Parts: sequence; C-alpha cells; structure tokens
Amino acid sequence: MPQIPFILSVVTFLPLVGAGLILLARLMGRGDAAGAARWIALVTTLATLAVSAVLVAGFDVSSAAYQFVERYAWFTGAEYHMGVDGISILFVLLTAFLMPICIIASWTTIRERVVDYMIAFLVLETLVIGVFTALDLFLFYIFFEGTLVPMFIIIGVWGGANRIYAAYKFFLYTLLGSVLMLLAMLWMAAEAGTTSIPALKAFDFPAYAQPMLWLAFFASFAVKMPMWPVHTWLPDAHVQAPTAGSVILAGILLKLGGYGFLLFNLPMFPLASEMFAPLVFALSAIAIVYTSLVAFRQTDMKKLIAYSSVAHMGFVTMGIFAGNDQGVQGAVFQMLSHGLISGALFLCVGVVYDRMHTREIALYGGLTARMPWFAAIFMLFTMANVGLPGTSGFIGEILTMTGVYQVSTWTALFAASGVIFSAVYALTLYRNVMFGEITNPAMKTITDVDRRELLIFAPLILGTIWLGVQPGLVLDYTAASVEALTSAYQLAIGG
Amino acid sequence: MPDLISALQLSASEATLAVGGLVLLMLGAFAGEKSARFVSVLSILLLLAATALAVTGPLGQAFNGAYVADPLAVYGKALIFLSSAVAIVLGDGWMKRTRIARFEFPVLIVLASAGMGMMASSGDLISLYVGIELHSLALYVLAAFHRDDLKASEAGLKYFVLGALSSGLLLYGASLIYGFTGSMRFDEIAAYAATNASPGLIFGLVFLICGLAFKVSAAPFHMWTPDVYEGAPTPVVALFATAPKVAAMVLIARTLEGAFAGSHDQWAQVLILISLISFAVGAFGGLVQKDLQRLLAYSSIANIGYALLGIAVGTTLGVQAMLLFMTLYVIDQFGFFALILSLSRNGRPIRRIEDFAGLRKDRPVMALVLTVLSLSVLGMPPLAGFWGKWAVFGAAAEAGYWMVGAAGLVASVVAGFYYLRIIKLMWFDPAPEGVEAIDRSPIEAKTIAIAAALFSFPLVMVALTWLEPLTRAAAVGYGAG
Repeated sequence: MPQIPFILSVVTFLPLVGAGLILLARLMGRGDAAGAARWIALVTTLATLAVSAVLVAGFDVSSAAYQFVERYAWFTGAEYHMGVDGISILFVLLTAFLMPICIIASWTTIRERVVDYMIAFLVLETLVIGVFTALDLFLFYIFFEGTLVPMFIIIGVWGGANRIYAAYKFFLYTLLGSVLMLLAMLWMAAEAGTTSIPALKAFDFPAYAQPMLWLAFFASFAVKMPMWPVHTWLPDAHVQAPTAGSVILAGILLKLGGYGFLLFNLPMFPLASEMFAPLVFALSAIAIVYTSLVAFRQTDMKKLIAYSSVAHMGFVTMGIFAGNDQGVQGAVFQMLSHGLISGALFLCVGVVYDRMHTREIALYGGLTARMPWFAAIFMLFTMANVGLPGTSGFIGEILTMTGVYQVSTWTALFAASGVIFSAVYALTLYRNVMFGEITNPAMKTITDVDRRELLIFAPLILGTIWLGVQPGLVLDYTAASVEALTSAYQLAIGG
Repeated sequence: MPDLISALQLSASEATLAVGGLVLLMLGAFAGEKSARFVSVLSILLLLAATALAVTGPLGQAFNGAYVADPLAVYGKALIFLSSAVAIVLGDGWMKRTRIARFEFPVLIVLASAGMGMMASSGDLISLYVGIELHSLALYVLAAFHRDDLKASEAGLKYFVLGALSSGLLLYGASLIYGFTGSMRFDEIAAYAATNASPGLIFGLVFLICGLAFKVSAAPFHMWTPDVYEGAPTPVVALFATAPKVAAMVLIARTLEGAFAGSHDQWAQVLILISLISFAVGAFGGLVQKDLQRLLAYSSIANIGYALLGIAVGTTLGVQAMLLFMTLYVIDQFGFFALILSLSRNGRPIRRIEDFAGLRKDRPVMALVLTVLSLSVLGMPPLAGFWGKWAVFGAAAEAGYWMVGAAGLVASVVAGFYYLRIIKLMWFDPAPEGVEAIDRSPIEAKTIAIAAALFSFPLVMVALTWLEPLTRAAAVGYGAG
C-alpha cells in the first residue's frame, strides 16, 4: 500500500483546497462558474474519499493506539495534533463517503448561488473530518464549533420558507451548548497542564470535578446529538435545510455528539459517567419512546424522519453509557449505519420533493404504480430504519440493547418497545405515500428515479446491506479501540 | 544631570511625541489648512518613530519613580502608537472626502498618544492623572471635530462633561489613597497596603477604579459610549475604540496589580461586578440597536468586560490574556470602522444595520470582510476574537473564576444574535430596491478592512505563535528594572 505523507492533514484539508479552487475559478470569472464549481466540488470530494480509503487500508486494526499521528508545536496552550483510532477512522470514511453523494444530489436541485453552496459544503467537510482527526483539545473545539457557520449559511440561504428562524435556532442552540464545553476544556487544560487528548484520557481528573466537567461536555454533545429534551432544534433545521443539507446534518453532524461522548465523557470522566448513566438511560428511553410517538403524528415527511433520527440516537447514547463492549460497539455501529440510512431516507424525500415540491404526507399516495424503482429503494431504507435483520439498522440496535440489558434491564425493555414504535411510524409513512390509489391528480405524471438518482442510491444500498450481512467489516476496526476504552472505564469504576 | 539624561532616554518616545506634536502644530499653523495632508504623513512617521524608540529603548524607572519603562509599558505603547497611526490614516481619507481637512486632527492624535504613552508608563498617581488628562483633553476635542454636525458636537459635549466627572472621581480616590498611605508612588503604596489595608484605602481604591472604568467604558460607567460612538466622526471613533482603551487597560493592570497587589480580594470583587454588568449591558443592549456604530459601542462594552475579567483574575496569566485580548480586539475594531468608512451611498455612509441587506450582491468582498469580523467578535473559532476569549477564560478558569467565565460565555451567546443578524442581512436577504449605488470604496479604508479580516483569519493562526510569547514576556516582565 503506498503511504501518503501527512495523510491526515491531506484528508482534512483537501476539501478546503477545493473550496479555494472554486473561489479562484469564480474570481477568474471565465465561462460557467456554476458548472465549474460543481465539477471541482465533485472531484475534490471523490479525491478525499480516495485518500480516506487509502487511510483505512493502511490502518492497523490490531492496535488501539492512535495512528498516522502528526504532532507539531503551535504555541503555548495549543498544538497541532492529529491522529485516528479505530473509531474515528470510520467516521472519517463515512464523511468522505457521504459528501460526493450530497454533491451529486444537489447537482440539479440547487440552481441559485451554486458557487457559494459548493464552497460551504467543502468547508463543512474539512471541519467535520477535522473534528474526527483532531487530538488537541482546542483544535477539536475549532473544528467542532466551526461546523456551525457553514451549516448556518446552508440552512439560511438554500432552506425553505421558514429558513431564517431555523438557522438562528440551530446556531444559537448549539452555540449555547458548546460554550460551556469550552469553559470545561479551559479548566482541564489548566488542571492537567496539557491539551493533548490522549494524555487527558490518561489523566486522573479529581472526583469532585468530574460531575461538573461531565455536565459541561454533556450540555454540548447532548444538544448536538440531539437528546430529548434539547432536540427541538433538529426538526426545524431539517425541514428547512435543502436535501443535501439534511443528509449531512443527519448523517454526519449528529454523530459529532456521539463521537464527543466517546472521546471525552466516557474515558475522561468515568466516575461521573457511571454516576450520570441512569440519567442518560432515562433520557434515552424517553427519546426512543416519546419521539417515536411524536414521529407517528407528523404530517411532514422530513419532520417524521427527523424525529426518527432523535429516537435512533437514543440507542446510541444508551449504548455508550452502558460502558461495555457490546454497548459501545453497538453505538458506533448504530451511528455509522444511521449515517447511511437516514441520509438515504432524506434523499428519498428529496426525490419526491423535487418532483412535487411538497413534503405533506397527505398529498401523496399510490406512488408504487408510477415509481416502481423508487418504491423498492424506499422500502429497503424504511426496513433498514425499522431495524430489519439483514440490514445494518438491525445490528446497531441489537448490540446496544444487549449492552444495556447487562446494566439496566428496564432501559432495554423501553428501547425494545421503541423498535416496535419505529415500525409503526415508518410503515405508516410508507403505506400512506406509496400504496393506495393515486388521489392527487398531480401525481399522475410523476416519473421514476433517473440515472443520477440511482447513482446516488447505489452506494447507500450496497453499504446498508453489506454492513447488515457482514457487520464484522466495522466491528473489526473498532474492536481494539472499544476494548481499550471499555476496559479502562470498567477499571476506573471498579467493575 | 546624568539622572535627567537617563530619564529622558527612558521616556524618549513620549518626549518625541510631545515635542514633535508641538512642532507639527507650529508647522500647520504657519502653513495653513492645505498642509493637513503633509502634517498627517509627518504625524504617522512620528508615531512610528515613537514606537521604535519605545521598543528599542532601555528599561527602568525615571523621574523618581513616576515613570516606568518595563515590558508591559513597551508592549502597550507599541500597540497604542500603531493604533493611533492607523486612526490617522483613516482620518486623512475621511477629511478629504468630507472636505474638512484640518491639520489639527493628526496633531491632536499625536498629543493624545503622548498622554496614552504616559498612562502605560505611569508609576505614581500624579503621572497617572496627568497622562489621563493629557489624552482625554485631546479626545474631547476630537469627538466634536466635525463641528458643523449637531450629533458630533453633542457627542463631544457629553464626552467632556461625563469625562470631567470621572476625572473628579479618580482624583478624589487618588487623594484618599495619598492621604492614607502618605505616598504617590505605586511601589510605596504597595508596601504600605501590604501591611495596613485600612478601609479608607479601599474606599479610595474603589473611586479610582470607577474613574478608570469610565475611561474604558465598562458598565455601569458606559453611558457616554453609545452616544459618542454614534455621533463622533467614524475615524475618531476608531481611535476611541482602540488606543485609549489599551492605554487605560494597561493602566488598570499596572495600578491594581502593582500598587494594590495585596488587596486583590477587595478589588477583584469590584472588577468582577463591573465585568458581569458589562457582559449583560453589552449583550442585551446591543440587541435593539439599529445603527452599526451604536451596536459596536455595546459590543465594546461587553468586550471590555472580558478584558477586565483578565485583570480581575489577578494572575500573570490574566494580565497576559488581557494583553492578547486587547491586541486581537483592536485589530478587529479597525476592521469594522474601516469597513464603515469604505461603504457609502452617494457620499452618505451606510450605517444603519438594515442598509447592509443584500450587500453580498453589490460588494461580495466587503460582505465577506464584515462576516469574518462579526464572527470574530462573536468568538467563533478559529478567528482572532476566539483566541482573545480563549486566553481570558483560560486565565479565569485556571484561577477558579469559572462561574464568572460561564456568565461571560452565556452572554456571548446572547450577543451572538446581533452579529448573526448582520450576517443574515448580508447573505440571506435581498438587496433593497431603488437605492443609490454604492460608491467606490476609498482605497485606504478598503485595504485596512481587508487586512483586518485577513488577520482575523488565517493570519492569526501564525501571528499567535509570536503574539503569545510577546504578551507573556510583557505580563511576566511587569515592573522590571
């Protein structure tokens, strides 16, 4: 395997270079700026995907240590420190995998200010990959916070009718969560005398400080996740975001919260994690049951899927704070699989929205007759969302429930009931949209998915089924890192 | 005699400014109004020379301890003099466009700089007061410089009356301190206060802090700020927002950490209260503003709260954080004011926030500049403003003031709303119909605005690698010699 020097910096900043090229092409001002921007964005994201594939191929799965580490002095109080372990490398791959799909999905649907749009997406990609590769406290914070700005612009400029409200809500809500995290980070840096995340993981934070620090990080990640009851920004942001924005939001940005829990809360504050685990379990169980019920009552397709995302993230949080191998493995798996499935579901909504310009469930019906291919694709992802065995959705749910069962039987019970609820809302959605008679005359001329859309769905279908049949693909990568994480956690809490 | 010579060597930068300012005044008086451009250029050169003298000059005490040249003073002076020079550059273009070219403008800034240098270097209560008055008197005149403008005259008058009141408070505090300690010199006050912290001394200290808080426009002594920011000419406000604030912050650090290091428990309470009120006033007051310069006034109140928190922490790290914060803040502020100066419709400056709607269509680069600056002041990483807050809150967290830090950070989220509103107007909203086209941007304002935005990102990432050690040296080397 050829080794690329500074491969993590390359994979992180390559999209930014692409954004710079688009800007340059715009400033040169010759020819079709929008077309050039689309092609540059596509090529850049594909190149990033290729580099991250090289990264994954060169990764040593038997080691729990951070690999491909780059570490340089910057100035007192922060350094340039990057590295990936078995967990974060998969999120890098997920990000690099979803981005080209988003670019193709926006190929014809975004017509206004294409240059700005592509730049915002590429900047966002750099920031998100940066979150997953950063190993310095403040470098992490820079990338983590930075994601707000491009997302604010994406929602605010290309969103729906109520976009301004949604953009403000998204920005201020998540900013409020993360300023408290910043304060905790500053305290930790002062206390431990280092900003290196691996060193902080090994540092023994005093028991009296752990609850406050844990809560500060929790405030930030719970909003990002989002957990009930701080999830209310998500449906608004989703409904107003363009399709590709929703894909990125659900597919990647929500994972920042779960990744944060795995990077900070669990390894750095094990005592507080154990102390607050019942709280997390309770919130997760409420999220799973309550938001499933809320999803059932939605009349807007995107809102329904957004609430379903909150419910699925409930599995992730409870799996993480179960603190055992199955729980954490399942949580990571669930995040990756949800990245594919929810992304695909939002793309499905995008397909019909582009044709009919409405997301009202009541206005649809009987699409199977007109769109057989679409019906099959939508069915697959609906089933995956429900957690049908054979799809990736099943593995994540069963693993997290197994993990939680060992710690809290009641939580597992409620979570299991959530699986049934998810079948209720998801299948109802499918029936109302796809089956029955065509009642809306406008639907008579609707066309099936075209080649471009099939191209978008193909990798997602492949990924969902492949991971469902052969979960070892993911679990082998995460095993060593998760094992190191959970054994350290169990040791710290004396279990 | 050797004493006097070494004293003059130490204070060469202020001496240069004072003498140079007087020479330029003569020059302008004899050559008449048309010499404004020439005097401006000479003033800038004079300020650059003073910076060089301050940076390369010897360290030590002079005039029987009234004047101190230490790394803190040198760092402060470099920042003050360079800020004044930039303000003259902005003012020169502005005077040409408004056709009120007057040579007094640069001369007054030079004289104010001499006073501000004195503040940064003051080692006793007399030089503290003289420095403050020297720069204040020049600034009162500058506030009302556009004398045919009603609002500018009002601003000048308000600033003067309230400034005189604060000087009174300050003098009263100084006299109490002198009365209880029997000395004017900071080091002697410190030696006395370390053993006898009498209530009278604390009383005087509180008056002193109130007077100084007025100069940096910290709440609840901020009342003059919005009116002066709105009324005074933009380049003058650019000066107000930068150099005098740096000078006063350095002076506060010097007085409190030097003369009253032993009474940290007492004055920290006062400063923290002032900081908290400033956060709140700055964040909530800004929400309803319609004029960009008025908005910046509230933004400055909140930001001074952050800087004061750095001093309130009472550690070397805190002083360093304050210096770093002020440095980055000053650059952002110049960006904002240069941007205001560079945008006008038919000669009328674009000041109302609503008028920025759709700016991306007409002036994409300027819209980007304003976006970067707004996000920077909001504290978005990795922009410059974030690193300032990072330093201040890091110092606060290290010293255990994390509750105050949390309050400040929550206030910054509230303030986030009004910075986002500017961005929203520029990028999301359509341009208004039927307004005059935006004029050609004056080159100097445009350059400074773009330079400030470029500094905010990405240059700050590099600049920090040398700003961080510089500010540390300044904070650690406090009182050296």
